Amino acid sequence: MSPPLALLRDVQVRYGERTALAVEHLAVERGEILALLGPNGAGKSTLLRVLTLLEAPTAGEVIFEGTSITAAERASWRRRLCCCFQEPLLLDTTALANAALPLRLRGVPRYQAEARALRWLERLGVASVAARRAATLSGGEAQRVSLARALALDPALLGLDEPFAALDPESRESLQEDFLALQRERGMAVVLVTHDRAEALRLGDRVAVLLEGRVAQVGPPAEVFTRPVSKAVARLVGADTILEGTVLGAAEGLLILEVAGQRVEAVGTLRAGERALVVLRPEDVTLLPAAEMGRVSSARNNLPGRVVRLAPAGPLIRVHLDCGTPVTALVTRPSAAALGLAEGTAVIATFKASAAHCLPRLAPRP
Amino acid sequence: MDLIWQGIREALRLVLTGDPEVWEITLLTLQVSGAALLVALLLGLPAAALLAFGRFPGQRLLASTVNAGMGLPPVVVGLLVTILLWRSGPLGFLEILYTPSAMILAQTIIALPIVTGLAMAALQALNPRLRLQLLALGASPVQSVALLLYEARGALLATVMAAGGRLLAEVGAVLMVGGNIRHLTRVLTTATVLETSMGKFETAIALGIILLALSFALNAGLTAVQQRGRRP
Repeated sequence: MSPPLALLRDVQVRYGERTALAVEHLAVERGEILALLGPNGAGKSTLLRVLTLLEAPTAGEVIFEGTSITAAERASWRRRLCCCFQEPLLLDTTALANAALPLRLRGVPRYQAEARALRWLERLGVASVAARRAATLSGGEAQRVSLARALALDPALLGLDEPFAALDPESRESLQEDFLALQRERGMAVVLVTHDRAEALRLGDRVAVLLEGRVAQVGPPAEVFTRPVSKAVARLVGADTILEGTVLGAAEGLLILEVAGQRVEAVGTLRAGERALVVLRPEDVTLLPAAEMGRVSSARNNLPGRVVRLAPAGPLIRVHLDCGTPVTALVTRPSAAALGLAEGTAVIATFKASAAHCLPRLAPRP
Repeated sequence: MDLIWQGIREALRLVLTGDPEVWEITLLTLQVSGAALLVALLLGLPAAALLAFGRFPGQRLLASTVNAGMGLPPVVVGLLVTILLWRSGPLGFLEILYTPSAMILAQTIIALPIVTGLAMAALQALNPRLRLQLLALGASPVQSVALLLYEARGALLATVMAAGGRLLAEVGAVLMVGGNIRHLTRVLTTATVLETSMGKFETAIALGIILLALSFALNAGLTAVQQRGRRP
């Protein structure tokens, strides 16, 4: 098997006494979008700078196509990579000259560089602003020019540090779509830094969760989002409900647990008697009127409880429940109205066993 | 008031008739200050980039020394250069005291901290992430400094105006190291001092007006370049 395009091995970045990054192993495969998800200060941007050779790690190896990059090779390899940041960071000249800049820096004659840059401005839908000065562009236009500038280079690996974060929702979505189509077409490897889990889910072929400078979990988004390996990852990827329970046994490939006095079935590989955390995404929790308790399907988990608080979440409503343990559900406004949800309303929180994922609960420190 | 009008008439006559001595003095002024400015830019811009972006021990001390040097009194520079170039001084063997070369040297010393200090401030005022972006786009260190200097061109033109204006107007140092020798080291400022001290106000005013016009032309030209492409 051919080696991955890029690989970090035992990489550490220390600033004085502080270790900002400690990554034992992280690979970037050809043609994939690897989303680096993590809270602020988790070391995402540092990781991106190390991976795109903008910063040398304090220790460890950065390996491209199986070759460990030495100090002497950094500059030449760096010229095969490119990075875009949250700000478009255009120079005070025309959009076209900006997009052509990286090619000009590599000695491509102006005419050729501008022709190629113009094609990329066209692909990103901003050819009409080619002659305008950067300062007169809107945020969305400027970010498109910035992406065209990077794509015109056809880099082996493109690093993106929250390039969509500062855009309004509409420009963000349309730029994400255009970018994804171009990336698929070019088959270019992309490392996308984001703190937005929706963006990681939407764009990432794989998601790497970074917590306190360490890679806590890497995998396809569906896996990371539904089967987080730790409570911290679960919180980050948005599985808001974390139930504590004890494994009673296993049946038909599912674990049977006792949670807050109720029987709960969930997915996992724990042994009977082990203490467990059951991770649930709020969109997987459905609410039913309390009166239906006798008629609910036993194929699902059913936890009776009361509404503690209702919080609007965009078009949806986040419902915080007390089912002997806190549970969060996301419901549409019409269904909240139909259920007559208010503080104190009795409801049943119901969810499929396959939506509930068990993690071992580490024993509390003595 | 008569004195001033006579001065202006005399100035116009001197300029329009192409008085050879006035032209010689004007040309030497431009040569000396222009050469000093050029040398100061050649040395000062890379130094400014190094101070703005480099990381080395003593950088802060050096930066504050440069900033303090922006107000260097010309007579102190004149004294220093005179001692350096004095026949028994460390650079006496060059035998350039009381020549335009000595004047260029002194004016370069005056302009260098101004160019370095203002250019350093101009570079530091740029978005600090721009440098990382240029590196990420594949710029070599030299390419990225060149691009950043170009990006700061508005402020750098102001730097050129400030340094150029200071040099054109400077009198103490050029007088001390040049000696105001007729046909050799006489420039507009030293000539004005001389004519004034001899009570020849018309000529002094004429020279002063030429000096003002030069300074104005320099600044008008650079301002036009600086404001070009700026939208109202």
